[in-house]
Amino acid sequence: MICQECGQRQATVHLTKIINNHKTELHLCEECARQREDFIQIPSFSVNDLLAGFMDLGHSQPAVEKPVSSQCAACGMNYNQFKKIGRLGCQQCYQYFGNELHPVLRRIQGNTQHAGKVPKRSGSGLLIKKQINQWKAELKRAVELEAFERAAELRDKIKELEQSQLKEGDRK
Amino acid sequence: MSWINESGPARDVVLTSRIRIARNIAAVPFPSIMQPHHAAEVAEKVKKSLYNKKAEAGSTFAFMYIRDVPAVERQILVEKHLASQDLMESYETSALLLDSKEKIAVMINEEDHIRMQCILPGFQLNQAWEKLNRVDDMIEADLEYAFHEQLGYLTCCPTNVGTGMRSSVMMHLPALTVNKQMNAILHTISKIGLTARGIYGEGSEAAGSIYQISNQITLGPSEEELINNLTITCRQIIEKERIARKALHKTTGIQFDDAVWRAYGVLRNARTLDIKEFMAYISQLRLGVSMGLIPGFSLEDVDSLMTAGQPAGVMKKTGQIIQGRDIDEARATVIRDAVDELLESRKNRKEG
Ligand SMILES: [Zn+2]
Ligand SMILES: [Zn+2]
Repeated sequence: MICQECGQRQATVHLTKIINNHKTELHLCEECARQREDFIQIPSFSVNDLLAGFMDLGHSQPAVEKPVSSQCAACGMNYNQFKKIGRLGCQQCYQYFGNELHPVLRRIQGNTQHAGKVPKRSGSGLLIKKQINQWKAELKRAVELEAFERAAELRDKIKELEQSQLKEGDRK
Repeated sequence: MSWINESGPARDVVLTSRIRIARNIAAVPFPSIMQPHHAAEVAEKVKKSLYNKKAEAGSTFAFMYIRDVPAVERQILVEKHLASQDLMESYETSALLLDSKEKIAVMINEEDHIRMQCILPGFQLNQAWEKLNRVDDMIEADLEYAFHEQLGYLTCCPTNVGTGMRSSVMMHLPALTVNKQMNAILHTISKIGLTARGIYGEGSEAAGSIYQISNQITLGPSEEELINNLTITCRQIIEKERIARKALHKTTGIQFDDAVWRAYGVLRNARTLDIKEFMAYISQLRLGVSMGLIPGFSLEDVDSLMTAGQPAGVMKKTGQIIQGRDIDEARATVIRDAVDELLESRKNRKEG
């Protein structure tokens, strides 16, 4: 990769700047990099380092010594350990580190709501909810387009599925 | 048989399409901290769910503990992109399920309990997702995954949470590279949630002008949306590369043909070839073959040469671990023999 500033020397320094959750990257040679102190330096390209960088930047206040870092009661990992290795210990870590992880996820992923595949086993209730929401959105569109026959059809389908879910709940 | 020997859509530019998903089994600690008995439990459970089962028409899953796989074979699995270096480094606890057509691979106890992938020749992301989704359903029928209503599939590293999916396309972009358009392209795609890297070679340098483009975000969009986003972008890059190839051929004329034939000459005759030089000539040859300049040579032929010339490919032929100048000499021999073999089979085809 060639330096983006002078366009001549090999870019060996990779810089990242974050303003209002917006990330800018810059690839420079060492000489040009020295002149750009407004960028925060991330020494290498590894995901772990990048992640650690994101997490440190997550605290917008100047780093005040945090008394105790959160700990996962299930596996015993604490948040500082996670920051160091970039790997969580178990699925419960997501819950115990929720406060710290949420802004990090928002920053890396841009989203915090999954909208993809749902496993049938752990998510059958969720699948039904997803289907109902989809039909409701369709219903709204049908009403807007004055397609009332289709709207009535959708309304019946939603009612049916909602009732079947209630019955399912009674059985439990 | 594997992706290397098969043709596929847009093979002139796209070598492979790959979908990979990460999954973890509910209530078992992640590989980052798990004990050997957890690892054994995970391996046995996943094995039970897939071993000897049908992966797709005419192919079944084989199972292996990495500790039982010889060193050279391990390296070949990595170079064929069927397993990762990380899986090899965790050999004490890791395992692999591989379908007999070498399209679907399920890594066990890598960064996550399960990392499965489907790799297909050419440009066919949707087909790869279809096949892999079916395998995911097979495992899910037996095992409960770590899943969260809001966050989706829970992964060891939060950069993969949500769909747990990376879709990627490996592309050969020699004309765009020569035209110095790659930096602009890489910059643009980084703005739409995609990322690119050179596949061979070190650092940001792409040896042989081969790049891998993948989705960076895993949480929020659905699998289909992520794949669609990548598909649309790659389609544009394919078109750009094709136009650039034609323009390059037109403007450089005989010099273009000369470079291709010289590359062919070197690969057929060299006595020593270092990896960087080898990749440069292979790239040149592939470009020429994609434009029909070398009669009788197919893109699959070139890609099989490319695999044969990688370190593990060379060591498989020589049967031992070699390095430095010795491997450069061995590489030249392996490639010369492979080209001769291709020419021989071509002659037989004509006569027969
Ligand atoms: Zn510079
Ligand atoms: Zn935990």
